[in-house]
Amino acid sequence: MDVDDEDLFETDGMNLTWPGKSLTSAQEYMRGHGTYVDNEEVIASVSGIVERVNKLITVRAVRTRYNPEVGDLVVGRITEVQPRRWKVDGNSRQDAVLMLSSVNLPGGVQRRKVESDELQMRSFFEEGDLLVAEVQAFFGDGTMSLHTRSLSYGKLRNGQLVTVPPILIRRLKSHFISLPCGVDLILGLNGYIWVSKHIKENEREGEEAFDAEAVYSNRNDVIDDSTRLAISRVTNLINVLASRSIPLTDTVLLDAYDWSLEQEGDVKDLLQEDAGDALVATILAKG
Amino acid sequence: MSSRIEILNTGGYRSDGRRQYELRTISIDLSPQGSGADGCASLTHGLTQVNVCVFGPREAKIRSQTYHDRANVNIEVAIATFSASERRKRGRGDKRILELSQTLKSTFEPVIQTSLYPRSQIDIHIQVLQQDGGLLQACINATTLALANAGIPLYDFVCAVTGGVHSTSPLLDLTLLEENDLPNVTVAVMPRSGKVTVVSMETRLHVDRFEEIFRLAGEAAKVIHVDMKKAVRDRTEQLVASMQSVGRPPTGVDIGDEY
Repeated sequence: MDVDDEDLFETDGMNLTWPGKSLTSAQEYMRGHGTYVDNEEVIASVSGIVERVNKLITVRAVRTRYNPEVGDLVVGRITEVQPRRWKVDGNSRQDAVLMLSSVNLPGGVQRRKVESDELQMRSFFEEGDLLVAEVQAFFGDGTMSLHTRSLSYGKLRNGQLVTVPPILIRRLKSHFISLPCGVDLILGLNGYIWVSKHIKENEREGEEAFDAEAVYSNRNDVIDDSTRLAISRVTNLINVLASRSIPLTDTVLLDAYDWSLEQEGDVKDLLQEDAGDALVATILAKG
Repeated sequence: MSSRIEILNTGGYRSDGRRQYELRTISIDLSPQGSGADGCASLTHGLTQVNVCVFGPREAKIRSQTYHDRANVNIEVAIATFSASERRKRGRGDKRILELSQTLKSTFEPVIQTSLYPRSQIDIHIQVLQQDGGLLQACINATTLALANAGIPLYDFVCAVTGGVHSTSPLLDLTLLEENDLPNVTVAVMPRSGKVTVVSMETRLHVDRFEEIFRLAGEAAKVIHVDMKKAVRDRTEQLVASMQSVGRPPTGVDIGDEY
């Protein structure tokens, strides 16, 4: 074994690195995320891909917790109810914060916050509820501040949550995807994916009728068996793709769903090793 | 009752067929173990096998244990009852296990860049499945791999190896048989700088012998580093290849209308 093998290992032009690898001289380059400076050398601290932009060297980790940016769409679960805010678990380094002033209150989108709202916070969101929100800002220590001030955000129901590594979710134009089988997907950038029964466009709440009963209700609609089967199928496909580290985009999921409809056997057979291999081979051939 | 097994015979071979400075076979598995961990690693040194799962950085479960300016590193060690030749159940409060956890915690706290994650917690769960000597060595190596696999920034790898002396002949990477008979020391180094992070010895060793063992163990740790580096590199390459196999390479924000 060659003990002196210190060259950057290249894969298709990408430079891979590992913790402790010296990248370059600190005199010529500035260090970015994923690196540190020691003795006038820039050294990588995570394993991943080296990226260089002009004079800035960063290492993008190939596997890490979710790194939030302002404007990201995330799916989260309420962990705590505190005075005038909720704590939301968003698969990140710290729990995110959802302020009471950042949610839509029943009775109109522009309604001002009243004291009685502060006392009734659990009637909006309780511990364990799932919601979809957008990252509004950051606190000083990197904690995300979320908001649900749009009619497409808010509490989630009629579906199932799937967790995948966050790097597999790319930033898309729209994270709300409708599959042709009557299943809606919300791809949270933090790796939480919500698979649910399809809601027709005209059934969504309009501006005037912002009905608290409907929006913050905890009751699921009636879901028929074929929709349940479709939801399970999509969930299994997502789990299989995530275990093989295939990025999840709408085209990949559509292709995977079409492929799985052609297969014989139960929905649960998708989780077998050989089914997974065949699925991945099909997806890679198309991609 | 102990049988007289030769530690080092006249031909230069040890009881398990190795030569004096030969290290045991290392096998590393970095594939996800289905526990939802951010990073996991399974490492064997010969017959000693250790699994490590790393969770974090994440929100601290116990608020009182958080630091406002850095992350809290929490290590838990569990030794399987079937891991040694005699079945023995060890509780979490066992002194030996607590000492091992404490040693590991003080090893990794300066190596992880904890100042990047204020008020967070990093949980490291170590499971010992089989023991054949070199327990601290295996735990340190496996933990380093799991942390690198989880994407937690480290200043460097930490590579450890045991060394002992059998009447003036130094030996490396001791099995359980050799550990019980010989004075032995565990040395952990950070290969890039050569700095030594852990030197742990529970037996008595003559001071004249110590320097040679110490130096040899330091060099052996650098050799182990090569194996660990290769495993991490291969895993990174595999992940990058899968992620780039579909669509365009992940370069950040989409414009949106390629599909």
